[in-house]
Amino acid sequence: MAKSALLKSSIAKKVAMALSGLFLILFLAQHFFINSTSVFSPDTFNSISHFMGNNPLVQFVIQPILIVGVVFHFVMGIVLEIKNNSARPISYAKNNGAANSTWASRNMIITGLVVLAFIVLHFYDFWVPEMVYKYVEVNPLDENRYFAELTHKFVSPVRTAIYCVSFVLLSLHLWHGFNSSFQSVGFNNKYSKSLHTLGYAFAIVVPFGFIFIALFHYFNH
Amino acid sequence: MAPCQSTFDFRLYDFKTQNMKLTLKIWRQKDAKATGKIVEYPIDGIEPDMSFLEMLDILNDELIVKGEDTVAFDHDCREGICGMCSLYINGEAHGPDRLVTTCQLHMRKFKDGDTIFIEPFRAKAFPVIKDLVVDRGAFDRIQQSGGFVSVNTSGNTIDANTIPIPKHDADRAFDAATCIGCGACVASCKNSSAMLFVAAKVSQFALLPQGKVEATDRVLNMVSQMDAEGFGNCTNTGACEVECPKGISLENIARMNREYLSASLKG
Repeated sequence: MAKSALLKSSIAKKVAMALSGLFLILFLAQHFFINSTSVFSPDTFNSISHFMGNNPLVQFVIQPILIVGVVFHFVMGIVLEIKNNSARPISYAKNNGAANSTWASRNMIITGLVVLAFIVLHFYDFWVPEMVYKYVEVNPLDENRYFAELTHKFVSPVRTAIYCVSFVLLSLHLWHGFNSSFQSVGFNNKYSKSLHTLGYAFAIVVPFGFIFIALFHYFNH
Repeated sequence: MAPCQSTFDFRLYDFKTQNMKLTLKIWRQKDAKATGKIVEYPIDGIEPDMSFLEMLDILNDELIVKGEDTVAFDHDCREGICGMCSLYINGEAHGPDRLVTTCQLHMRKFKDGDTIFIEPFRAKAFPVIKDLVVDRGAFDRIQQSGGFVSVNTSGNTIDANTIPIPKHDADRAFDAATCIGCGACVASCKNSSAMLFVAAKVSQFALLPQGKVEATDRVLNMVSQMDAEGFGNCTNTGACEVECPKGISLENIARMNREYLSASLKG
């Protein structure tokens, strides 16, 4: 089979979507782990953040891969949504989607776009100032600035609320996306039931854990 | 010989006819090029034990008496095995019942006074021919592209049963082979994806030794034809599995994905 045909095929797009999604799930897990230390120990949070922010492997290899992964996932998601919509030019006068599928599975584009908007805000809040601090203004290294920068963002009730709502939508996105990714790469066997439980647990624990962290800092600033 | 005696007590049962009065909202479209619309038809005297298609037969009888054009709809065996009947009824393929085709759906699933929407299966790859009849030839073309095994018919054909097959594999292949190709999966999928149909056809052969010989070409060609027909991509909502009258499992889609990836690597 010609390589171009493989890249154009519906299944290859599904698999690419799934693999990028699984990669982002791994990223989310480590991000949650690091952020959760801010609740228990500001010093631990500062030292891990300093390592992540200054390690060349993280900064110049993993971070670009992550950005490519995020961009690929949402561009491919939008491309597939447009193609899928065009596969049914006339919609049903009456459609009972709730009879056969979850809201989360039918509305990945909505939850995905909200998460995308959140990522833009999150970049504006943390990543852009970090890049300016390190590479534009070239400030001296300060290992203890990260915790203060984090808590400073959760002084505003509006920003805290936006973060919390975005995490609820992220939870819905993961509720379908986690298990869907494994199905797309062909994983459906006797272990799938346990994996589904793990997927649903991840979709609840991680986003609502992020909500807890945001509210914790809002009420303790 | 003693005369046949029935122990059935008819007094326990109410045989009074329960007539239902319904409002039907049916998609009417003169031909493939015409613009269709929903037309409302009140109908009376429908009994709960009638099948859904019998109800449409009665409507058509009334339309003939009035001198109007009858509602065109697909049907053939009327016992759930041919895959010919379709219809999107009140927002679900083959209606609100599970594991049945439209011809096996009974009016007892509805209530007196209900409004019932009846629409054709919707997909770009399933163009409407007239009213509720759609062209599902796309499925035939997918099947022709690889949904078969080549068998020597020169006179020394070996009986398939001489090849030992593990029961587990045989059962799964049979489950996949029960797909009747009705298109409910496409109609139910929010993306109009045909993955469940194609996956069933790929799986039914992929699990058997006879199908392994042409496995690589089969999955590549069938997926390629599926994409060329204009079906959407699967996003694993699972709607197809729920609405499938034969209960074809999503497990088949995962198997097709594996088969496809492995075939692509072999090239």
